[in-house]
Amino acid sequence: MIKNKTKMPVQDPDIRNNNFLEVALGYDLKLAKIEASRCLDCKNPRCVPACPVNIDIPKFIKEIENDELDEAYFTITRSNILPSICGRVCPQEKQCEQACIVGIKYEPVSIGALERFVGDYALKKQLNTIENIKDLPYRVAIVGSGPAGLSAAASLRRMGYIVDVYEALHEFGGVLKYGIPDFRLPKDIVDKEIDNTKKLGVKFHKNVIIGMSLTIEQLFNEYNYKAIFIGSGAGLPKSLGIPGENLAGIYYANEFLTRVNLMKANRFPETPTPVKIGQNVAIVGGGNVAIDAARTAKRLGAKNVFIIYRRDMSSLPARREEIDHAIEEHIDFHLLLNPVEFIDDSYQVKQVKCEIMELGEMDDSGRRRPVGTGKYKTFEIDSCIISIGQSPNPILKNVTPNLKVDSKGRIIVNNYQTSIPGVFAGGDVVSGAATVILAMGAGKKTAIAIDNYIKEKVEK
Amino acid sequence: MYKIIKKETLNNDVELMIIEAPLVAKNAKPGNFLIIRVNDSGERVPLTIVEFDEKNVTIIYQKLGYTTTLLSQLNVGDNIYDVVGPLGQPTYIRDVKTVLGIAGGVGSAPLLPQLEEYSKRGTIVDLIIGGRTKEHLILVDKYKEFCRNIYFATDDGSYGKKGFVTDVAKELYEKQTYDLSIVIGPLIMMKNTYLLNKKYNILTDVSLNPIMVDGTGMCGNCRVTINNKTYFACVDGPDFPADGIDFDELMVRQRYYVKEEKHICKIKLENNHDKK
Repeated sequence: MIKNKTKMPVQDPDIRNNNFLEVALGYDLKLAKIEASRCLDCKNPRCVPACPVNIDIPKFIKEIENDELDEAYFTITRSNILPSICGRVCPQEKQCEQACIVGIKYEPVSIGALERFVGDYALKKQLNTIENIKDLPYRVAIVGSGPAGLSAAASLRRMGYIVDVYEALHEFGGVLKYGIPDFRLPKDIVDKEIDNTKKLGVKFHKNVIIGMSLTIEQLFNEYNYKAIFIGSGAGLPKSLGIPGENLAGIYYANEFLTRVNLMKANRFPETPTPVKIGQNVAIVGGGNVAIDAARTAKRLGAKNVFIIYRRDMSSLPARREEIDHAIEEHIDFHLLLNPVEFIDDSYQVKQVKCEIMELGEMDDSGRRRPVGTGKYKTFEIDSCIISIGQSPNPILKNVTPNLKVDSKGRIIVNNYQTSIPGVFAGGDVVSGAATVILAMGAGKKTAIAIDNYIKEKVEK
Repeated sequence: MYKIIKKETLNNDVELMIIEAPLVAKNAKPGNFLIIRVNDSGERVPLTIVEFDEKNVTIIYQKLGYTTTLLSQLNVGDNIYDVVGPLGQPTYIRDVKTVLGIAGGVGSAPLLPQLEEYSKRGTIVDLIIGGRTKEHLILVDKYKEFCRNIYFATDDGSYGKKGFVTDVAKELYEKQTYDLSIVIGPLIMMKNTYLLNKKYNILTDVSLNPIMVDGTGMCGNCRVTINNKTYFACVDGPDFPADGIDFDELMVRQRYYVKEEKHICKIKLENNHDKK
């Protein structure tokens, strides 16, 4: 038994922090087979129920070991249409790999890396699932082409529904396009996996903002959809609510990352959308988005990039792997600090003033609550990127008064159905900002609920 | 794709386009805007929907920056790569008897649908329109159809009063007053006009045009401080009461990428000329 995970080759930190190419380079067949051989092929695998979309993990790993890579791909895509994406961005360490039996004594099997290997193999070979889909005479509209929408669309299409996906932006993929940087998830991979959804017969429509371009009512009455799935995500940035937050040079992570990831501002002036951060960049927050923003800032050429976080290192909500990568790339962590004010010179931000915190009692999240000390520390900055979380996108709920939401703006659902009959919702717009795979799991489960609804209500 | 079905030159700097965009036109209301991308790597640029019918929308743009210059190179029959909308809140129509519209330069375009809406509801509408020269006074014929009085100001005195719209307004306010003034133009002009109106106790609405990326409430680039609270111009606006807006902060935010804009115009548009 090999005790440790087979390491995936990565780009050298001091080279990669100057480029936007992918950091992790993936397994080749040899490495994949070595890692696959570590799977115990358990009779009652614990990894499968720990996967939000219940991929038959032991089966596809066995198929890798047996050189049946096409079959391995088909095994995965029966449950998950986006293996190259999920293999890269799923928090496997908290899901399938956390449940892995091997992990009890040794390091768990690198399930994510193997999923990515199979997905990339299929994309390279242009392998498609040839599926015999029998069309049903019912139309379903999907709002948003992010992970939740893509997953719901693929599931519903496979059941035979005529599926249209509506996207507000000019490209498909939602957060996979505007949120996650190229160096973690190359955008051609996103496009290629979305193409596989298109090949199932799902139709995609860009530049349509449901609620504005078309209302929910119009989708039902004029476009004859029998059900609607809302997967519009969590894209509304949360604010710090401190003085100076609207000064020039202060970004929300959404704007900063959208400029770079979606609009390709890193290639300005080849592309016309600019981004400007200067040499000293503070990132406020400790989640995956904050780490993405920090590593992106470094790659744009900023000299000093530092994370400001109000708790300690062990409380950082970001994935350990991302934190380690950031440290290797010379991102600094200024911990136990809480920004209280931005100080400007003629409306351009120059400094961020932070209160020094210490850890107090446990709070609801099971972590020790940061408590102010009344002492302060000030940093010279050229720009600041605020990434302390996102709330659900507000447009649809603003124009659809009978769509019930909670105090945090999240759509309220009962068995995946919203307060409007026939309108379902899933992903971040219901849960608040979470992970790609949780949104995909929600999309898949909602598809089943939509199928039941149409069979019960419409067919009768 | 979104086909250009009409293009008209309003003056040396300003053009009008009618674009086929049925899903933008379908639910459009006065005060809404749209976002265009000229090509597949283009930046997203917000523009007011000046007029619309069942399937077409009218935009008016000034050939100032890189993207608007590229847009201007397209002609009738060409397609615009992306057009999305309608975006923003429709104009909030107040219950008033008299309105004075004040337009500066290309601000005349977003002001038009707003004043038209007031006029339709029986409000008496007057207009002060200002520009650099006579030829920069655009859409005057359209305004003449419903405005009671129109007053002109040009920087060089080539038409109407020589000076700013505020100079004309000051004279006007000595004789009469209005329930509401809607001011649209460059930020500095909106700020100064608002300050003048305040002296004369005239309520002021403005339409803001900060930098936007997505235009759907996601990025926060367009945020503006009003009475110490933050608003997103794309989803909360673009129209706001002028009272309490931090114009000075907004002006600095709006100029954040001025150098970059000049740079790209210089290297890409001048190169373009060389090739021709």
